[in-house]
Order: sequence, then structure tokens, then C-alpha cells
Amino acid sequence: MSSKGEILKRIKLNQPTEAAELPDLNLLGSEQFDVLETYKTVLKGIGGDPVEVTDYNEIINYIKENYNLEKRLITTLPELSEIASLDWKTVDPHSLQDVELTVVKAHFGVAENSALWVTDAILGQRVAPFIAQYLAIVVHKKDLVPTMQQAYQRIGNMEYGFGTFIAGPSKTADIEQSLVLGAHGARGLIVFLLD
Amino acid sequence: MSSEKVIPHSDAAAKFNKDVERVNWHDETLWFVRAKRDKSAHQIEDWELLRETASQIKFNVLSNIHDYLVEFEANAQQNGIIVHWAADAKEHNEIVHSIMAKHEVKQMVKSKSMLTEECHLNDYLAEKGIEVIDSDLGEYIVQLRKEPPSHIVLPAIHLKKEDVSETFHEHLGTEKGNYNPQYLTESARHSLRNTFLTRKVALTGVNFAVAETGEFVVCTNEGNADMGAHLADVHIACMGFEKLIPKREHLGVFLRLLARSATGQPITTFSSHFKKPRDGQEMHIVIVDNGRSTQLGREDFRNSLKCIRCGACMNTCPVYRRSGGHSYHNAVAGPIGSILAPNLDMTKNADLPFASTLCGSCTNVCPVKIDIHDQLYKWRQVLVKEGHTPTAKTVAMKTMATVLANPTVFNIAGKSGRFVMKNIPGMVNNKMNKWYDQREMPDVPEESFREWYKKNSRESKDKKNE
Repeated sequence: MSSKGEILKRIKLNQPTEAAELPDLNLLGSEQFDVLETYKTVLKGIGGDPVEVTDYNEIINYIKENYNLEKRLITTLPELSEIASLDWKTVDPHSLQDVELTVVKAHFGVAENSALWVTDAILGQRVAPFIAQYLAIVVHKKDLVPTMQQAYQRIGNMEYGFGTFIAGPSKTADIEQSLVLGAHGARGLIVFLLD
Repeated sequence: MSSEKVIPHSDAAAKFNKDVERVNWHDETLWFVRAKRDKSAHQIEDWELLRETASQIKFNVLSNIHDYLVEFEANAQQNGIIVHWAADAKEHNEIVHSIMAKHEVKQMVKSKSMLTEECHLNDYLAEKGIEVIDSDLGEYIVQLRKEPPSHIVLPAIHLKKEDVSETFHEHLGTEKGNYNPQYLTESARHSLRNTFLTRKVALTGVNFAVAETGEFVVCTNEGNADMGAHLADVHIACMGFEKLIPKREHLGVFLRLLARSATGQPITTFSSHFKKPRDGQEMHIVIVDNGRSTQLGREDFRNSLKCIRCGACMNTCPVYRRSGGHSYHNAVAGPIGSILAPNLDMTKNADLPFASTLCGSCTNVCPVKIDIHDQLYKWRQVLVKEGHTPTAKTVAMKTMATVLANPTVFNIAGKSGRFVMKNIPGMVNNKMNKWYDQREMPDVPEESFREWYKKNSRESKDKKNE
């Protein structure tokens, strides 16, 4: 049977009795800096590529120029249907193994670490941003916040089954601290910063 | 708990130090990571406030952990997650195995979890005929070599690319003599991709579990936890109960600190929040005690449960950097491991709190402000009192105490010491004397300070009187 009762009993007996109040988080996150410039600098610093665009047409052109359209490109954005397929959201996730590029949109981005917040609602499938060889994420410039402090204020009580912050391409430095991009997930990350 | 015989830290460290060039390289590599941490931390104006805030949140957790656990379980269950409780390593392993058995699955892909190292899950499952593949590149490398990780964040930090190349050549058939990290990583990517695509059960660790929402967060750079979890039918997440935090908004504080403290990155590439299983998937959480509730009851040591496993204390530790993670014979090495390990097994790990200079650098970099070096010092006192230290050391200390407490004995001891060192140096400069290891004994002074002072103060008086 479960040890739940026993564990909880021991914890109750041993946990400190003095009350420790939770600290005020509003003291944090007041740093002032240029949000867009910081976002781009940090993203480049961790191996991602910021690309500023004014509309979806520019995104389409960029992808046409930089990726092989004969390979499998998938997206959740109807605006990109010309270059990427939309009908993969209910397939077996394993069948996404040959995807070359996944393009999704982020709820918002965070300047201090260039992370982008995505959830089930806009991912299509949970594995989609991980299994593709390359990843591109679209975010509106107005949706960049300075720090993680504002990020969680923005998330608030948002409902999701799965959500993740993605900052740069998948990477490892497990062999002699030599940085290698593309460990298991995407080998490259383009962030389209949309006006 | 079994107290299997282990090589004491100082002996293992002596062995590690035989290859001078390699030790220097190990030392410099870790210091490089520490320097990256500094650079990253100094860019954050609020850094010290963040550390203080994180420490206070964890204090609050320790005082209310009972209620937070109850809240977490209820919320997780409401989210459709199956929650298990394990009193110790054995029960944890049995629970994981029972889930595998229920699904009749013989293979598992696992992302980094120091808890499963602590519980020796891989060995247990291997005995039951279940194959486990560790998917974090560093862990994959050490697993192929049948070694434990030597660092909680950088599992293969003790290895050089030549070692990895040899290992991959043997197990993955990579080109012999190709030491290129890019090439080696690519080979592992191919091999592990196949693993991710074929495993029905994925196990991950947990970095943070949120009481308020019943969700848990897993941080990786490689994306291996996500590749495993999102492709598997069953996701098992294992956590020590101290991983709990009260509210979702507190993640903002910890995610700002964790990767910067660990490797100097502004955040890990992926910070994944698992709240509900995906459609058709089964999600389990195993909440583990394994001595944590005992540590919670030790007033002097309970702060160690605040640890978020960033590894900053290891990277900065002059002893860790020059002795290597394996010398600590514990899943968590370095300064933090040395205050966690005696709680698990006092006899086996009595040497670890002594594997420190007490310089305090660990305490200074700890993102949740654990008083690590103070606790190391306090453990030493507990271990001596309870008779866990070697007899030679105890006798030496007692002798020292007698000598220092009695001026006449001290005087005689000093005189005879100087005589011996001057006339029969072999009696001191030999292998029996631990102080002679890696050191030249100093030149013998002609007289003690006391003798010098007596003479000189009289002389100066005489001079004044002239």
C-alpha cells in the first residue's frame, strides 16, 4: 500500500514550526532596458536568429529562400499554408519524425533570456517544436516582455495541459564543454519578429 | 541502509591527482563554467534580491511542506495525473517497475534525474530485465562506459573528447580517432532519435512542482525530456518532495536563477510545464522521501533541502575541481552532496564533510543561499561525536588537545619536535606523516617564538637601561 500517510506524518512532525511568510515578488523585475534590442542580442548569444518582418509575406519569402520546400514543412498558421502543411495536428506524433521545419506562433517572448512561451493551444502537437530538424517561431514585437517576472504575470492563471519556454536551438556542451547546436531537438531557431 | 565499503574521498582524490595535466584541465574547465556564471549573474541588477527571494520562498516551503504536498497531489490528480508516494529508494524503484509491468514494457528512455541515480533505479530495472537508455548526452556517455555521472549538471565533465570518441567507436561504431564534438554529438543524436521513436515509456526528473496548479517543470538544453515524454504512451516523473514550490508565479524567480547559476546561460533551452497528460497518454508522478523527512527534522541541516540542483557549488569548489565527482561516492557530489550524503548513510559518507577547505565559496554562489560551508562544519562535529571518524584522526586530535592545553607539555613537545626535525628528519619526513604528502616540511627554526621573545624582550630592556 501507499506510504503517503507515513511520509506526511513524518513531514508534519519534522517541518519547522516557525511561520515563514512568502516574499513580495513585486519588488522584482523593475530593470529598465530596450526590450527589442535586448531580445535580439540575447537570442543571437544563444545561437538563435532574429529576423524582423513586417508581415507574413516576408516570412513566406524568407522560408522559400532558406529552406528546401520539397521537404516536409508544417505549421499551425493558416497564413503560411502556401509553403507549409496544416493537416498534421491529429496524426500519430511519431509520424512527424521526417519534418524539416516547424513554424508556430508564440504567445509572447521574454527579452532577458529570449525565451518564447508556447502552449498546447498553439502548438498543434506537443512534440512538433522538438522533433523537427529546424524550428521557426513567430512573435509580435508588441508581445515582448522584459523579464520572467512580467512573463508569469502574463501567464497568470492561463489554462494549458502543456506549455514550454523555448530559448534558442537545442544544444549540448557535454563533450568537453564544446557547444554543439542540435542535440536532440531543432538544430536552428529562427524567431520572426513581427511588427 | 547498507553501508557498502567505499574508497574514502581523500584516497580517491589522491588517485585522481596522479595525472597532473588532467587534473589541471578538470580544474580549469569547471572554473570556466564558474566564470560564465559570474558574468551572467552580474548582468542582472536584481541578482542578490532574486537569491534572497528564492531563499525565502524555499523557507516558506520547508515550513508548510505538508500542506503544499497535499495541495499538489489533489491538483495533479484533478489534472489527470496519477500520483504515487515512495518512502524510500526501494519503494520508488518498485513503483516504477510496477508501471512498466502493468504495460508489459521492457524498455525505457530516461532523461536526467539525479533522484533515480540516488535510488539506483537503472540497476534495479536491469535485474528485472528492463533496458534503460539515458538520453541526456552526458549521461548517455557515462552509461555506455558503465560509470556514474560525476556532476549533476555536467555528467561527463571528467571525460575528454578522446575518451568519448573511444566509447562511441566501441558502442556506436563511429570512426576511430575522430574527436570532433560535432561529429560525436551527431552520432548520438541519430542513435537516440531511434530510441525516442520506439520507447513506450519515458521517465523524466522534475525541477519544480507547483502546489497551486499541480503542474511540474522539467528543464533541459537538449530537448531530450520532451522528445521522450511527448512520444511515449506513458510518462513517469520522479521527484524528491522538496522540489515543491507554492505558486506558479514563483517559477519566474527560480527560472531566472537556475541556468545562470548552473552554466551561465540566461535560461535553459526548454523549460517545459507538464500539467495534464496529452490525449491518450498516461502520466505518473512519484513523490519520494528517502531520508528527506529526516533531514527536514535536523535543524542544522534542513536548509540543504532548498537545493535546486544547479551545481554552482561544485564548479566553484577548489576541492571538487581537483578531486573529481567520482571521489564523492554519492549521486550528488561536491559541497551540497557532502551535506546531503551523511543524512542518507552516516557511516559510508562520514568522510565527505571533511572534503572541504571551508572557504565558503559554495555558500557565496548558492542561488538559494544555503549555508553550505557552515553545514559542512556542523556535520564534522556530529560525525566526530557519533564516532564516525577514523581512529587515527581522533587520537591525533585528542593528543593535540592535551599538548595545547598544557604549557609545560607544549614547551617540551616543541623542543623535541625541533630536535627531531633537525637531527633525524626521516622520522617526520615519511609516508606515516600525512602532512608530508605532497609537501616539503619547512626548515626547522633555531628557537620557538617564546624563546625568541624571552631573549629579545630582555635585550631590549637592557638596551633601554643603558
